[in-house]
Amino acid sequence: MSQNKLICQDVWKLYGRGASRLFRDHAGAPSLDSILSAGLTPAVRAANLEIRVGEIFVIMGLSGSGKSTLVRCMSRLIEPTHGALLFEGRDLRSMSSREMISLRRHKLGMVFQHFALLPHLSVMQNVAFPLAVQGMDRQQREQRAADVIKLVGLDGREQYLPAQLSGGQQQRVGIARSLAVEPELWFLDEPFSALDPLIRREMQDEFLRLQASLQKTIVFITHDFDEAIRLADRIAIMKDGAIIQVATPEELVKRPADDYVREFTRYIPREKVTTIASIMSAVADAEGTSGASLPGVAVNTNGLFVDASSKVADVARAIIESEQPVPVLNDRQQLVGHVHRQQVLDLLIEGLPE
Amino acid sequence: MIHGRLDAGLYRWLWLCLLLITLVLSNTSRSMARALDARWLIKYPGAWRVDMKSGISRFMQWLIDDASLGPVAFSQLTRGIAWIIEQPYQLVLGFLSSGLVTGQGSNAVQHLPPVSWLAVIVAVAVLGHYARNLWLALLVGVAFSYLAVFGQWDSAMVTLASIIIAVPFGVIVGLLLGIGMYRHAWFDRLLSPLLDLMQTIPVFAYLVPILVLFGFGPVSALIATIIYAMPPMVRVTALSLRGVDPETRELGIMTGCTSHQLLWRVLIPVARPGLMVGVNQVIMLSLNMVIIASMIGAGGLGYDVLTSLRQLKIGLGIETGVAIVVLAVALDRLSQALSERSDAVLIGRGGRSLWRQYPRLTLVLLTLVCGWLLGYGIPALRDYPPQWQVSTGLFWEELVRTINVNYFDELEVIKTHILTLFMLPIKRFLLGIPWPWGLLMITLLALRFAGWRLALMSLLLSVFILVNGLWEDAMTTLYLCGVSVIIACLLGIPLGIFAALNKPLGRAVSVFIDTLQTLPSFVYLIPVVMLFRVGDFTAMIAVVLYALAPAVRYAMYGVQRVEPQLIEAGIVSGCNAWQLLMRIRLPLASPQILLGINQTIMLALSMLVITALVGTRDLGQEVYVALTKADTGRGIVAGLSVAFIAIIADRMISASARRAQRRYSLGGDSSR
Ligand SMILES: Nc1ncnc2c1ncn2[C@@H]1O[C@H](COP(=O)(O)OP(=O)(O)O)[C@@H](O)[C@H]1O
Ligand SMILES: [Mg+2]
Repeated sequence: MSQNKLICQDVWKLYGRGASRLFRDHAGAPSLDSILSAGLTPAVRAANLEIRVGEIFVIMGLSGSGKSTLVRCMSRLIEPTHGALLFEGRDLRSMSSREMISLRRHKLGMVFQHFALLPHLSVMQNVAFPLAVQGMDRQQREQRAADVIKLVGLDGREQYLPAQLSGGQQQRVGIARSLAVEPELWFLDEPFSALDPLIRREMQDEFLRLQASLQKTIVFITHDFDEAIRLADRIAIMKDGAIIQVATPEELVKRPADDYVREFTRYIPREKVTTIASIMSAVADAEGTSGASLPGVAVNTNGLFVDASSKVADVARAIIESEQPVPVLNDRQQLVGHVHRQQVLDLLIEGLPE
Repeated sequence: MIHGRLDAGLYRWLWLCLLLITLVLSNTSRSMARALDARWLIKYPGAWRVDMKSGISRFMQWLIDDASLGPVAFSQLTRGIAWIIEQPYQLVLGFLSSGLVTGQGSNAVQHLPPVSWLAVIVAVAVLGHYARNLWLALLVGVAFSYLAVFGQWDSAMVTLASIIIAVPFGVIVGLLLGIGMYRHAWFDRLLSPLLDLMQTIPVFAYLVPILVLFGFGPVSALIATIIYAMPPMVRVTALSLRGVDPETRELGIMTGCTSHQLLWRVLIPVARPGLMVGVNQVIMLSLNMVIIASMIGAGGLGYDVLTSLRQLKIGLGIETGVAIVVLAVALDRLSQALSERSDAVLIGRGGRSLWRQYPRLTLVLLTLVCGWLLGYGIPALRDYPPQWQVSTGLFWEELVRTINVNYFDELEVIKTHILTLFMLPIKRFLLGIPWPWGLLMITLLALRFAGWRLALMSLLLSVFILVNGLWEDAMTTLYLCGVSVIIACLLGIPLGIFAALNKPLGRAVSVFIDTLQTLPSFVYLIPVVMLFRVGDFTAMIAVVLYALAPAVRYAMYGVQRVEPQLIEAGIVSGCNAWQLLMRIRLPLASPQILLGINQTIMLALSMLVITALVGTRDLGQEVYVALTKADTGRGIVAGLSVAFIAIIADRMISASARRAQRRYSLGGDSSR
């Protein structure tokens, strides 16, 4: 199996009559002007993406920029005007409706902005719904549903109706439902946008906790840049239907592709996206040496060390309060460098106005 | 801008001139025709008529005798449909009224007597309790007891049996058609105009063909009822399915639902509250048809009302009319409560509520069986004994007589004044217009309100009426309808506006209007006939009563809907209450008010056909006569003529409502 779960190749979606004709007339690449003057809505233009196995891929953009349309093209809820989609190397668009049904039943999951709970079913029935659709017998599916309900922390409320739950709880049901079939590719379309800011943060933490144990491949839509940088392994930024840049949060802030992205990232505190690895002084021969047993290097007297992948903001206080440089370890607990309080301070000051 | 105002001014003058010319023409047409020796100007000559009636009659005859769809003869098809409806109907009727019987005439063997009246009352009361609470149980219990006590039981059970059959048929067929419209765009395009037509065609128009196809009898009546009551269900189904949140639909698809699963496990359950509104509509419309259906063979309460109206038996008519109202109110409340209840069921879901339902069921079964068993020994249980019955007939007759004796002069003065000062001048005016000028004016009006397409259509439809020799009947219809609508609007719109501005009054008016709307149209006729006897005036009052509701409701809704921000803006810029009303509320509510007038016209037209019973000489009378003579061609042509008037009026008014709406939304933009 390839490293990519889903590949989008030159995906287009134009709303309005005569979209495919316009497409042919312009040899597969109509310009924005020609689309607009034909009275069409350019919801997605020439999207090329690769979603890697196990990553959280965030699609970010202002409302109306085409995020929902793109994600619906990926799941073929919307038929793209043009383009190819490869799911685990198989051509998604040539699948029959029966194959699509089977794929959706077993491999895809989706969480919706407004929850899309079925109001006439209890929490338990809602979560078990995808399993019921597959024809799983009642006892088995309720067993499974009870497990996921527990996973999202709603145990005890199995018999409630959606109307009896708060917004945050409703979205937990939505999440539990989409997880019930153990999907391999998980789409979330602005799952937390309809929630209050405080609840939203709590749900993001919850989401990260879930993902740490589940390790799904995730396509996450949001219009909130803070949310994007908190969750994303990689971010795609969309504008007017086109994907402007695909990068890690840190790259996005450091090397914005154009003014639009720069404007977006201007007020993002650098320490929130910058990893320790990118400001530390690397150990020249760090490969293969273990921090704990490294003779030549003074271990921080407080016994303090930090992960190379940590965000500066998360560990800044400890480093600044430490007199000595703090050792940096990679994910195999090997020493890869040191970070000094001055390096952290430089980064923090850089973000301040002159 | 100045240019536009000039145009508008010019237009106004033009229309004023046209109106004046029409007035003059209408007044002088007779003498003019005599002077010119051109009688054809005022009366469309018989020689120019196109004989569509006999053509249609022949066609229907052919349908019945010779037509076939492949190997199946058309008459076999109709017989098949009749059979499907007849079987459950006979079963329910036997259960409720005649007992389960096999064999015909004197060979008939009764296997099971009908259900005891007590058991029915207990059953509906228990249903009321199940659906909501003790109060509803009491309400429906008392309503059904009323039917027994006042001697309406047997008729009421016949009527109930036909409702019990018509409603599920209407709901199921409506649901399936609605689903078809939702799923297939072509089906929607096919059915939508048909539904439009069905809602503007008065029932009478299709009574005649049904009568011819299915014969006189309860089955024909049921078919007419189903056809009449179904369209709202179709529309509501398509509308509520479309109204399902797109995310919910997507959820269904993403969980891998097949299209069947998507429909029945996601869309229909989610759309259920809307669908229940449709079910309630079907029930109410079926009840509305009770009296009309008795013209083609339904028995029961409707038949009783019809007979007493024909024989001018005042007391009996009122008594039966009240019985229909009682039944209508009981069924309306019960169905509404049931539809709200099914939501509540789920909230209380759990093991306990299931067994808690059993006592009620046991109670019903117990009274049912006891009624049957004890009925053999105690006849009073089987049939409500006549010596316990009370009749209010005498009371009503006495009341009407008292009113007529004591207030005859006053009533007569009112009637004569309104007739001579208001109604007759309008009648003379409309009937006096020479038909060529009439055609021209209709076309011009349609052009002015809705463009050339409608102008052309209006012209064609009017020509249809003309060449069938129905011009004068159509003008009389127009006159009665117009007069009634004007009065209904003069009463209804101010009432609606007041109700919107005054909360307590609003609540009272809402209750009043809701009640008016649950009453079958025929019921309005009874008291009016009692007081004013037959004639145009009586018809007008009955139509006004029936058609008042939408005028009030839409005006109220329109005024209430005006955005509070706009009102506040008015207050801040110093408007007083009167200015607020005249400058902000009314203009903004005008599209709604126009829609209300439109609805009023539609109701008035449908009611007009009913008032034919009290001797108006218009298209309604034409249909009615055709019905009694089973003259298919005549009935269909006259029915179509009424429908055409309705269509023209509907299109013109909806177009101007749309325009008013556009004007106010555009007006907001340009003033910025
Ligand atoms: N069904 C549709 N028909 C026509 N235009 C649509 C439809 N759905 C979305 N659009 C348009 O496509 C654009 C992208 O919409 P969407 O994908 O919903 O954006 P986002 O999710 O980023 O807010 C918008 O301009 C929207 O108006
Ligand atoms: Mg969106």
